[in-house]
Amino acid sequence: MSANLTPRAKFATTLLRTAAALSRATGRGDGSVIGGRVGLIVEPRLLELLAEGRHVVLISGTNGKTTTTRFTTAALEAIGRVATNSFGANMPTGHTTALAKAPKAEYAALECDEHYLGQLLDAARPKVVALLNLSRDQLDRAMEVTALAAKWRQTLQASAGQTTIVANADDPLIVWAASVCERVVWVAAGQSWTADSAICPNCGAHLDRFGEFWRCTNCGLNRPSPQWSVAHQGEAVVGPDGRRYDLRLQLPGRVNRANAATALAIASLFGVDPAQAAPRLTEVASVAGRYAKVERDGRHLRLLLAKNPAGWLESFDMIDPVPPVVLSLNAREVDGFDTSWIYDVDFTSLAGRKVVVTGDRRTDLAVRLEVDGVDFLVVDDIRAAIAAVPPGPVEVVANYTAFQDIRAEFNRVN
Amino acid sequence: MALSTLRIVWLYPDLLSTYGDRGNLLVLAHRARARGIDVEPMQVRSDQHIPHTADMYLIGGGEDGPQAVAADRLLQDGALSRAAEAGKPILAICAGYQLLGASFYANGRAYEGLNILDLRSDRGPSRAVGEIAGESHPQLGIGPITGFENHGGRTHLGEAVQPLARVTAGVGNDGTTEGAWAGHVIGTYMHGPGLARNPKLADLLLAWAIGVDPAQLPPLDDGWPERLRHERFTALQTAAQ
Repeated sequence: MSANLTPRAKFATTLLRTAAALSRATGRGDGSVIGGRVGLIVEPRLLELLAEGRHVVLISGTNGKTTTTRFTTAALEAIGRVATNSFGANMPTGHTTALAKAPKAEYAALECDEHYLGQLLDAARPKVVALLNLSRDQLDRAMEVTALAAKWRQTLQASAGQTTIVANADDPLIVWAASVCERVVWVAAGQSWTADSAICPNCGAHLDRFGEFWRCTNCGLNRPSPQWSVAHQGEAVVGPDGRRYDLRLQLPGRVNRANAATALAIASLFGVDPAQAAPRLTEVASVAGRYAKVERDGRHLRLLLAKNPAGWLESFDMIDPVPPVVLSLNAREVDGFDTSWIYDVDFTSLAGRKVVVTGDRRTDLAVRLEVDGVDFLVVDDIRAAIAAVPPGPVEVVANYTAFQDIRAEFNRVN
Repeated sequence: MALSTLRIVWLYPDLLSTYGDRGNLLVLAHRARARGIDVEPMQVRSDQHIPHTADMYLIGGGEDGPQAVAADRLLQDGALSRAAEAGKPILAICAGYQLLGASFYANGRAYEGLNILDLRSDRGPSRAVGEIAGESHPQLGIGPITGFENHGGRTHLGEAVQPLARVTAGVGNDGTTEGAWAGHVIGTYMHGPGLARNPKLADLLLAWAIGVDPAQLPPLDDGWPERLRHERFTALQTAAQ
């Protein structure tokens, strides 16, 4: 692939790798962003040139992007080398770096920030685009979700062309956005957060819901029949031909089984036999620190990242019912400065267990938990939180920068 | 206290519930129950009739499309206007606040509002996003206010309303005043949610609903909300330096 690059693009690629290596060596980060930025300054078309000739899948949505990308990479590795932005750098700089670092990879599984989907569609000419879900996130700076779905719909209509879309049949916003495309593979990936899709995105009427089915009685938008679904109490994924593929995930929760189903649907479009791909998903134990298990002083912590109301609710669904829970909340720029979304999360399921809160905005959490009648202890940081719970298992739920702070405490565990 | 059960209606969560608006309902219920008052929270969707018999009404924020639909349905229903005339407390946030006025701006044009509050809203030069703080109207007796705002509109107050507060940080209505009140109706741009960060405002609404003076409500241990308020005011001071 890199053999086809122009001298300018080759030079840009070399500079990119140098900048990324320097950034890593000086402890500034993993270097994905700075490397990509340097490369794109020298050759603005670098992403396009690096993507040329590869089989690309883009994976986007509010929640589950990183994990689904990791699963997809594991599945595609059954048939070849895969370039991927495994550090969660999901904007064009990160994509450029991921491709530059893996010049020999025939495949690329790229996690894509929701707001860059259009740009990536044009630059990377993907074979497959997977759309997971859309819900409220970073309210003070991001687009409203319905507006984002409308933008996707427009983008897909303009640029999807021969691309196959793998889309969540359970999320009305995703269905509306994807339904303009000719080739769509529907996955029953579930929707635990319905508050952003009470209203039909197409016409504004109320959506009727009965069990997993939903439909608009006004314009007729409804849940498409999914070709892929999770079945048998989460122990298997069922494909379009009714064949069953056993799932034995290390990652917890309903949402990760849905992510696995999406990854198998993607992989099969690349010609991977799902029966061959499914066991590879078992090997995924953690994803950039998410779900990682770390130990200190006899406390066995499981680290869960949750950035928005849907993510926190998914986390509460994943955690074991007995062990103490540590909650950590920050509101730095990438988290969004507005913490009001914690009132969209129901914390009452935590009542009766030991709850420790920390993070920059621990006082916001304290007020929130008091309102929900949940007893809690407020501590300064993760070390104090560990000291405050007895030895044994501990569940840790944190939003983005709070999670990175905790990872840093554990040597940036992956 | 006269009431056995306090009925609080949360209007149109299907349309207007963007920035933790449910939190205001939760805070009111929490603070009422802590005083031994039973609460019956009632969520009313935009395709349902609004009950006349409730003791308090809440309406939240949202984007342009849902705001215009909500205003239309509220005008057709009529119950919220009658509740205001009957002196029932109403708390309206952001888009919900704007639609209580004579007119508001959405989807690139002006819409007719409910005319419950003497004010009108139009589009501002830029979006107001961030922490907001102010000195509340002295007659309300609720002290300084703190919240988070996120809106593109600007609101112009008429003579029949008072501002909720004079702005000390943030934008609010127009950079000088924030929110409005008249009788037992309060509108504000503060989410956060506002009642979690301003417990005295919550108690004022409860007192109005019950028909007592706020001073007659048994005090609660507000250690955590007070600490949160202190943090937010301090953060603004630090940022201003």
